[in-house]
Amino acid sequence: MKEKQSFLFISCDEAQHICDKSQYNEATLWEKIKLNLRYTWCKITRAYVRQNKKLTSTVKKSNVECLKNGEREALKKEFEKELTKQL
Amino acid sequence: MPKHTIEPEKWIDRYSDYLFNYTISRVNDREMAKDLVQDTFVASLKSMKNFKGEASERTWLISILKRKIIDHYRKINSKKGKAEVRMDFNNDEEEGSWLEERVADPFDKTAEDTMVNDELGEAIYTCLDKLPTKQADVFKMKTIEGLDTETICNELNITASNLWVIIHRARTAMAECMEKNWF
Repeated sequence: MKEKQSFLFISCDEAQHICDKSQYNEATLWEKIKLNLRYTWCKITRAYVRQNKKLTSTVKKSNVECLKNGEREALKKEFEKELTKQL
Repeated sequence: MPKHTIEPEKWIDRYSDYLFNYTISRVNDREMAKDLVQDTFVASLKSMKNFKGEASERTWLISILKRKIIDHYRKINSKKGKAEVRMDFNNDEEEGSWLEERVADPFDKTAEDTMVNDELGEAIYTCLDKLPTKQADVFKMKTIEGLDTETICNELNITASNLWVIIHRARTAMAECMEKNWF
């Protein structure tokens, strides 16, 4: 019985970890089932899922963009040249 | 005494993404946006003595970037403007055609949409600024750039479980900050 429980039931931390992964479509079906099971009775998990989903949709809606690491490094290199000239 | 100080050596780490996001939403061309951001940093460096410290560095940099964007469009228009006017002029003789040409495109981004997106982008970057550098980098790479776990782990030399711990901390801090500043 205990084995069955640990097979199906997950801790709050694990539920949050699965929730994070599912924001990037990286949670497996089995993980999602376990998360949903905990979601039905755990208030903390429900609050975390709600907040996490809200953040994902807000960032998506904003269409924010950022520089790629390489682009930022190139920019830094060029700027440092100018900075040395200036100072 | 000025309220804000100027630290050009930290500009790229602190503001390059914010300025890039601001620019690309206006010029829709990644390469051009990068050039404009670079021009802005160089121009700001040259006019550093004009920084009075009344506004924040970010506000001051944005005001210079805005001028750069206006100059960019002025340049484009001075090359293309005449040809476009001529095309419109020729079509004037066709009856009824002026209506379709002049009516606003309903699917086009309105000024209000741009403003809301700007404010949202600003709120996101303000919250990102408050995160430790590593958390902000991982969050940007995973959530904004959409890179896969393996690529980020290889680039930052971290394990997958380490990445998920960082992501969890970043997401929790971001959600709390956005709750205060936006939701």
